[in-house]
Amino acid sequence: MKAKHQRLTLVVLALLAIIAAGLIAVWALRNQANYFYLPEQMASQPPQVGQAVRLGGMVQSGSLETEADGVTVRFVVTGNEASTIPVRYSGILPDLFVEGSGVVAEGSLQADGTFLATNLLAKHDENYVPKELEGLEAHEAKDVITDTVAGV
Amino acid sequence: MIAEIGHAALWLAAALAVLQMASGALALRQSGEGGNFAVYARPAAVVQAFLAIIAFASLLYSFAITDLSVKLVATNSHSMKPFIYKLTGTWGNHEGSMLLWVAVLAASGGLLAFAERRLPERTMSATLAVQGFVAIGFYVFLLLSSNPFERLPVPAVEGIGLNPLLQDIGLAVHPPTLYVGYVGLSVAFSLAMGALITRQVNPNFAKVMRPWVLGAWVFLTLGITAGSYWAYYELGWGGWWFWDPVENASLMPWLAATALLHSVSVLAARDALRTWTIMLGVVAFSMSMLGTFLVRSGVLTSVHAFAVDPERGTLLLALLGLYIGGSLVIFAMRASSIAEGTRFTATSREGALVFNNVMLSAILAIVLLGTLYPLLTEAFDVRVSVGPPYYNPAGAIFAIPMFMVMAVGPLLRWKDDSPARIQPQLAILGSIALLIIALVVVLGDYPLLPILGLALAGALGVAALLPLKGRKLSRVPVATWGMVLAHFGVAVSLFGMASEGAFSQERLAAVAPGGVEQLGDWQIELTSVDPVSGPNWTAIEAQIAVSRAGAEPTILSPQARNFWAPAQATSESALLTTWDGQLYAVIGDAAGVGPDGQQRWQLRVWWKPFVTFIWYGGLLIALGGVVSIAGRVRVDLKQRKAARIRGERREDEAALAGEARGEPSGGPLPQPAE
Repeated sequence: MKAKHQRLTLVVLALLAIIAAGLIAVWALRNQANYFYLPEQMASQPPQVGQAVRLGGMVQSGSLETEADGVTVRFVVTGNEASTIPVRYSGILPDLFVEGSGVVAEGSLQADGTFLATNLLAKHDENYVPKELEGLEAHEAKDVITDTVAGV
Repeated sequence: MIAEIGHAALWLAAALAVLQMASGALALRQSGEGGNFAVYARPAAVVQAFLAIIAFASLLYSFAITDLSVKLVATNSHSMKPFIYKLTGTWGNHEGSMLLWVAVLAASGGLLAFAERRLPERTMSATLAVQGFVAIGFYVFLLLSSNPFERLPVPAVEGIGLNPLLQDIGLAVHPPTLYVGYVGLSVAFSLAMGALITRQVNPNFAKVMRPWVLGAWVFLTLGITAGSYWAYYELGWGGWWFWDPVENASLMPWLAATALLHSVSVLAARDALRTWTIMLGVVAFSMSMLGTFLVRSGVLTSVHAFAVDPERGTLLLALLGLYIGGSLVIFAMRASSIAEGTRFTATSREGALVFNNVMLSAILAIVLLGTLYPLLTEAFDVRVSVGPPYYNPAGAIFAIPMFMVMAVGPLLRWKDDSPARIQPQLAILGSIALLIIALVVVLGDYPLLPILGLALAGALGVAALLPLKGRKLSRVPVATWGMVLAHFGVAVSLFGMASEGAFSQERLAAVAPGGVEQLGDWQIELTSVDPVSGPNWTAIEAQIAVSRAGAEPTILSPQARNFWAPAQATSESALLTTWDGQLYAVIGDAAGVGPDGQQRWQLRVWWKPFVTFIWYGGLLIALGGVVSIAGRVRVDLKQRKAARIRGERREDEAALAGEARGEPSGGPLPQPAE
């Protein structure tokens, strides 16, 4: 390399690396971004089995049941329409997780049509609703007060 | 009354920021009456610092006595709250934390104006003008859209509490530490702009900038470490990093500051990387601003989101655009005037530093795009979230080569070196890494990234100490010790992360009192579950006796707490720290009645080998920074003393020469400045 062009070479190399980072980011984001589904969307256009997605809706009243092991729960998530998705989750339920309230489940759809949740996000306090659920009917009244605290 | 004093102090401080900017800017006009006006910049900055601190102290006082006629106190505090959390509640909300931001900004500007005498006066004036300009924006933001001192027409009867998640000592230290880091970068930014405007981008300027960058970086490191540990034990999810947008908001300035810190060192020591250092100064402060914007504007969904207020968001975005845009314009206008610095080859220490600077920038780009992507798609009504499946592999693509070069870089010589010279060291490091990989692969089936992490951590840990090899330890410069400590801290932290990723074990079960569970070689017995209460909460507390390999059991007591004002439930995890890891226990809900008719409780326990090393490493990194600052300051003081002695000697000589010629002693009088 000619010493004369060192600065130019450095700038070009740095730019190349940053552009590479950008391209990798864009490519990975298209593949790895975790898409959000409402129950009706998941029913009409289901994601691939095993793909990490999130499902948001209301926990149907009367659907919550605990299995014999005491830590696995099953419940049904409904949206604005009639479609429902059964969810299975093993773990400690989030505080304030109750029937008839909103939930966002992270996980993947199984071959049998059950959504296997690895993590549940519920309301953090009485004023906070996960952002994805803001559009749901039952939450319209709560939208007014979603502007309160939700953590640090 | 106190609140009004604070409010008035804030307005006065804003006015002084205008004076500081005007006087600094006028001083740049070489001729005319600007010269007279320039003397106001430094005092304005110092007095402004005092006023901003008074304003913050007033708010602190209002929270301390729970003055419920102040709107902010009424909405965020409660007379029944423990005193320490009344105080920390001052910055546990939007307005208070912005006031803290501004107070720290003013304080660091004041310190810069008061203490820094090494730079040419013109550069200093430009720096103070930029600092004033940055401050004005935040005063306007605070006074117009987030006034913390607003009174209620009728004092509230009782406050409406504070989010119980925030009632934690972690909160007392976490945000202020981060803010000091963010704001320290604003000083680095002002210095970079000042040097750029007055065409003084040289090693001398880099030496002035370096302690500020190092200081900011130390605070960011501590803030991130504390925040990570806080999320780890407070959220009860067992994770230590969630790639939450708010965590990313603190990581991005840190990445930029790490790159800046290394490039400013190259500029100070070798007079290379001039343009790059200025550019990183702009990027680092932009990331601080972006972080503040993301957290404060409420554009994010996260457990951290404070408030959703479009006015604030827009104002912050405008400030962000103004500062980044303005600095880029200045950069574009002046970049051609920066002469190229000293040259170096690819296989030199500078070469390694440049490579890692680029890698850090690439990681920054990955994190930035991942953080902004959900906001972008939401504009098109597609809701996505971006998590570890994106960040971990995409980040690793650049982090792995970075760690490899980081191991080798400090072994290389400045300017030019031959790879053959360090071949033995390279062989040792390579074989350590390969040995670890082989060992872990034989031991069991673990994911790829943690295996690579363990190997790199091992090699890096040894490599960090190699610069000390063959040197007399008492003669090693203090700053070099700082580097060794910080690099070793990276290895320690990386080891903790990789170990947690590879070897963590988890047990989730419904257990009745008296029931025993096995996790690895730990025996976990739930002895009892009882209701307990605290000053503002009630809870279910479990007593868990844990013992390893038949040793004496230790009692852990995790709680599921219910707060009132506001009503909220949190999970208080219980931790048992041993030298080789942590046992992490969480109690959940009642899990119905077991087959034997006993009430069962959900119990979740993790064994996380060496997880604590993540935060020990973070502390070591920060300690390395502190040692490095101490070393630099000591050298600087020595040089100042030497310069003073040289000056005195010259004066003496001049005086002697003058006497010999029959002139009055003391030499010719200096010309007055005007």
